[in-house]
Amino acid sequence: MALTWRPARLLERHAQTATARTLVLSVPGWAGHLPGQHVDVRLTADDGYQAVRSYSLAAPTNGERIELGVQSVPDGEVSLYLADALPVGADVEVRGPLGNWFVWRPAQTEPALLVAGGSGVVPLAAMIGAHRRVRSRSPLHLLYSVRAPEDVWYRSLLTDDDPSLDVSIIHTRKAPPGSDRLPGRITAADLAGPAARLKPTSPVYVCGPTAFVEVVGDLLTGMGLDPATIRTERFG
Amino acid sequence: MTSFSPGFQGRGRRLADRLPPGQYPTESFPVLSAGPTPKVPTDSWAFTVTTELGATHSWTWDQMMALPQQETVQDIHCVTRWSKFDTRWRGVPLDAFLEDVETAADFAVVSSYGGYTTNMPLEDLLDGKAWIVHTYDDFPLSPEHGGPARLLVPHLYFWKSAKWVHGLRLTPEDEPGFWESVGYHNYGDPCREQRNWGD
Amino acid sequence: MADTAAHRDGNCLAGPLSEILSVEPTTAWWRCPECGQTGTLAELHVYGPDPGLTARCPGCAYIALRLVREDQHVWLTLGSGTGAFRFTTA
Repeated sequence: MALTWRPARLLERHAQTATARTLVLSVPGWAGHLPGQHVDVRLTADDGYQAVRSYSLAAPTNGERIELGVQSVPDGEVSLYLADALPVGADVEVRGPLGNWFVWRPAQTEPALLVAGGSGVVPLAAMIGAHRRVRSRSPLHLLYSVRAPEDVWYRSLLTDDDPSLDVSIIHTRKAPPGSDRLPGRITAADLAGPAARLKPTSPVYVCGPTAFVEVVGDLLTGMGLDPATIRTERFG
Repeated sequence: MTSFSPGFQGRGRRLADRLPPGQYPTESFPVLSAGPTPKVPTDSWAFTVTTELGATHSWTWDQMMALPQQETVQDIHCVTRWSKFDTRWRGVPLDAFLEDVETAADFAVVSSYGGYTTNMPLEDLLDGKAWIVHTYDDFPLSPEHGGPARLLVPHLYFWKSAKWVHGLRLTPEDEPGFWESVGYHNYGDPCREQRNWGD
Repeated sequence: MADTAAHRDGNCLAGPLSEILSVEPTTAWWRCPECGQTGTLAELHVYGPDPGLTARCPGCAYIALRLVREDQHVWLTLGSGTGAFRFTTA
């Protein structure tokens, strides 16, 4: 495979939330990717120090343009730089696309459940985007856990009229006015409805912080799902 | 040449002299882990020294706490380039565990609950250069920082200061440990920037 | 939850392993010699990236592989032993 590091130029940066950004980069020679795959991003300092971190691709293949979702975290030397400091028009290096496990392929026809915790929604957004592009009729259900309404990424993607996509948003700290669910962490009750609509072989994609993924995995296997159908991506 | 205040270097200079090459100072205390954090209750904790001939000497938690305790303030240097100044620990110097152990070995492999190992010359553990510490900044050492007790060898890169310390095996030959066997320096002196195997 | 130390999954090994393997590694099947659990490399629990990557069985934490990147080399051990391969990559 011998993937090489390629230059990637920042074309655009959009705010998703107060601390989350979408970065659109141009990668000459990019040969396309599958929804759910990621890239490694490498930054190099003047003194030669390098830092490498993985970022999920946020949108389906689009020529040489790739989209990353970056959540800046305090002390995150790479995420803080990408979220705010990297100038538009400047280059970083990327390696990819990477990973063939946490992917959704357009040929898949069984219903699928996507479960996101916070910025774990990024690779799932690529799946939703690819699913919509091929006009797939296989039902997708996104269960998306956020702290508060203002933390939701990809609002237009998630609210566009799409008969084969269901979106349920779980608020852990603050629910919007009129919500019939009290704020709180994800529970078996949140997962029961969407899980009931799955087929025995349906894939479940869970992405989020490690603790979130562990909880969701335990809840799903606790309600009888085959662990082999659950694919996870933890970002530590 | 001025005759005033000889040797004064100023705060910034003193800091630079204190910082080994390639390091930066941090106020935080980063946690690096290579596996799940072991839960080790003090009532089942033990520290065992095994000689090259197989003789063992063990201490329970209470026996360790009954040994003479020392407080020590040290700068620590992680191979991932952060250094932290004036960290304050309480524990028992390794000399106290090794004084009655008969050995001709020149090296030691320190092992931890959870399977971690690290190696060093025995002399780097003696003469007040290393401790088993159980208290950090007046609080019991937390599990993510190696509690209930960790090794402290501050003159070497901090991966040598094994968390969740459980034993020490004396060896005639130097045997690379968990990180030393996969590319990190066998000795790991921050002042000589011995990070990787070939440094 | 078995532990509180943050770990990721084997998905994140795709890039580092691509430097020395010619086949996409994350879908590789693996059987834990300690507890018998089977799965893919993507499902291993991965600690790191610093000072190195340690991939463990999600069931019993047995070490599946360790990988360290330094300057011109990738160091790799398979299993819990300490015999490493050092690959020259540059």
